[in-house]
Amino acid sequence: MATITLSKKSVAINPLKQSQPLGASLAFLGLKGTIPLFHGSQGCTAFTKVLMVRHFREAIPLATTAMTEVTTILGGEENIETAIKTLLEKSKPEMITLFTTALTETRGDDMEGILTNIRKRHPEWYDLPIISVSTPDYRGSLQDGFASAVEAIVRTLPQPGEIRYDQINVLISSAFTPGDVQEIEEIVTSFGLKPILLPNIGASLDGHLEDTFQATTSGGTTLAQLREMGSSIFTIALGESMRGSAEILEQKFGITYEVFPHLTGLGANDNFLQALSTLSNNKVAQKYRRQRQQLLDAMLDTHFFFGHKKVGLALEPDLLFSMVEFLLGMGAEIQGAVTTNKSPILEQIPIETVTIGDLDDFEQLVEGADLLITNSHGKRIAKKLKIPLYHQGFPIFDRLGNGFCTKVGYRGTIQLLFDIGNIFLEVEENH
Amino acid sequence: MKITQGKINELLTETACEHNHHKQGQPKNKACSQQAQPGAAQGGCAFDGAMIALVPITDAAHLVHGPLACGGNSWGSRGSLSSGPELYKLGLTTDLTENDIIFGGEKRLYQSILEVQERYNPSAIFVYATCVTALIGDDFDAVCKKASEKLGMPVIPVNSPGFTGTKNLGNRIAGEFLLEYVIGTAEPPDQTPYDINLIGEYNIAGEMWNVLPLFEKLGIRVLSKMTGDARYQEICYAHRAKLNVMICSKALLNVARKMEERYGIPYIEESFYGIEDVNNCLRHIAEKIGDDDLKQRVENLIAEETAKLDIELAPYRAKLKNKRVVLYTGGVKSWSIISAARDLGMKVVATSTKKSTAEDKAKIRVLLGEDGIMMEKGNAQELLKVIAQTHAEMLIAGGRNQYTALKAKIPFLDINQERHHAYAGYQGLVELAKELEETLYSPIWEQVRKPAPWEEFVVHRVIV
Repeated sequence: MATITLSKKSVAINPLKQSQPLGASLAFLGLKGTIPLFHGSQGCTAFTKVLMVRHFREAIPLATTAMTEVTTILGGEENIETAIKTLLEKSKPEMITLFTTALTETRGDDMEGILTNIRKRHPEWYDLPIISVSTPDYRGSLQDGFASAVEAIVRTLPQPGEIRYDQINVLISSAFTPGDVQEIEEIVTSFGLKPILLPNIGASLDGHLEDTFQATTSGGTTLAQLREMGSSIFTIALGESMRGSAEILEQKFGITYEVFPHLTGLGANDNFLQALSTLSNNKVAQKYRRQRQQLLDAMLDTHFFFGHKKVGLALEPDLLFSMVEFLLGMGAEIQGAVTTNKSPILEQIPIETVTIGDLDDFEQLVEGADLLITNSHGKRIAKKLKIPLYHQGFPIFDRLGNGFCTKVGYRGTIQLLFDIGNIFLEVEENH
Repeated sequence: MKITQGKINELLTETACEHNHHKQGQPKNKACSQQAQPGAAQGGCAFDGAMIALVPITDAAHLVHGPLACGGNSWGSRGSLSSGPELYKLGLTTDLTENDIIFGGEKRLYQSILEVQERYNPSAIFVYATCVTALIGDDFDAVCKKASEKLGMPVIPVNSPGFTGTKNLGNRIAGEFLLEYVIGTAEPPDQTPYDINLIGEYNIAGEMWNVLPLFEKLGIRVLSKMTGDARYQEICYAHRAKLNVMICSKALLNVARKMEERYGIPYIEESFYGIEDVNNCLRHIAEKIGDDDLKQRVENLIAEETAKLDIELAPYRAKLKNKRVVLYTGGVKSWSIISAARDLGMKVVATSTKKSTAEDKAKIRVLLGEDGIMMEKGNAQELLKVIAQTHAEMLIAGGRNQYTALKAKIPFLDINQERHHAYAGYQGLVELAKELEETLYSPIWEQVRKPAPWEEFVVHRVIV
């Protein structure tokens, strides 16, 4: 029901969004045994790497086709071929995950043609899966690039097969952290279902210590799992941006799906668990019944602090929707909401307006608010306006444990209630 | 100013740079003209390099003309600090859309420059071209010129698109723009015989503030800082200094050499890391610009500071003595940090020499001794191998290698761009010692290396 307004400036001041290739690389980092390969100039990869390393505090494997002025004019075919060859020799990835940037899209590299030619020249790569996706920086944002990458994956790898009645696909949007993904896996598994999580950043970016050094992603959705997705009985899409991928699986394999926009708050989790229960024909486990009781108690304890609090949010569409619903459900009010790009979910957000803009637009909207929720770049606004900041989104470089945090399930919701509730409580105590 | 292929070649083969000297028939070191290779992770591009060199100018606005990634994925990541204006921290970009790419981005750029001026009234606006705006053929220079005339203020077109080359080349290109548009465009309020410029020092983590008080005590005036914590105006009158001091960097060497040609200002290359290097730096400056009186003051200051330092460092030296470290860093830093580590009594057992010049390498060889390993190239695996081979107890490197070391359960210290501690000058050495001690003696190492009680055998630092 929200009206979408656009920023009126020509210049973007303190951008909120990150670019599509960054989103694509994040999605590919959730696959096992790969090194996301940027088709662009070396800087495209370097900037992303710095941001990812600072956010996750992990070694992040990324590669570049290292386009120069000359190769841009001539076309990127040779660089892509050399890059694949080098990756195979040095790091032995199980699959190649390739995506474009503004540079190579503006130049107009025909990726399909290029890959066909390369395959012709290298019959020995017959078995090598190559996933390729178009993600120009001048369109969309992190969430879109992430979603496009997942669509490319489900278009390329899943194979038809005999239906497995206990196997479901779980498509997980960029709104979820590695900690979220692990919680989701635990919930789904508790119903006796075997989920294929895509992408599974919970297995690669959760911050765990391996025994050996790995040049490629050490965890994530495996190639075998990706191929078996066509045999699943059902697809759960988490986040509106995953709808496109769910539709592709439906069209290709006739797998029906349901989109759950988010998993934060009582209602969203009740729906999710009920759906899983119906799907699996199993009852909700005792553990989650108990957690639900704990959440009810937490809501009662914390609602005093949330009532009529004015909150400003600057987040990507899927994450924005989840936070707004959660906050409204606790009696808080939304003073201003800024997001990065158009999405069908925006119109469903039950507030008056959502601005597609930058953190400068955000700053104009949130003066006098009680809380800001955005990424680390919001720190300066928070300081200037003397409003507490709760970190969500990407990048977060002034907080530890970004991979570990979870806001999903009853348990994650409880954590979120206490985290934000404590901020409000502290302000009240200081008055 | 157009950056032509001729200009690029000139910058890649900068004559003052040791990288480009033939030494006794040895093949030329390729460091200056290194190109990124497809299929690997690589450092920053020429656009990144230009921004690194210019963004520290604190009272200027820095506007990126390009699609989102160039500005949007990089703003707020750089660690240079300001003692006043915060304007340089804004993330400004034209954030080009598909329409702009098809119809050209000139209008949006022009409008953006006007908006930035109206909102912030900066001392100057640096506008950065990117690969895409170079490719679609925006007449970048013309737009900046027109805006500059309309606004009556400097609008500088920094033409260093990423695909031109590496970060290092971008640094030098940025230097060319300072020479062309900024240096020599104003006169300082007054002059002294003791005016120097610092070139290539970006005040990362506030490092320069460890050194400026020393100059102040000696009566040496830093006229212009390029570009750490600089104001636009001071760079305009840099041509009136008596001496250029290049700090730990070959990056802006073209600026020093050309200022010598144009304005007759001599330059010296120095480092602020380690006692010996700081001492030498001060002595060299005094030799170049000073009288006997200044030379004496320098000696007095060195005596006073080193005596103080010996007391402060004593507890750390006792704990750091003979600790074996591997260094993994670029160019000049590889020997300047060795010298700092040795001041603390540590034993550098291996270092990278990938970006070092023949001259750097000779210095490194002397400092390392015969047994020291010089790593010509390297990646994460290579690095871990050397650490295992040399039984090193810690790694000192750039942040990119932080997680390689930590994942192998090896103590690590970051000395690159994004670090949060200032290691320059005398006080910096105390800070460095403190950080080293803290990391090396952390009680976690013993705990994390111990296997779980149910593990059957011990796996220590497994190297693939």
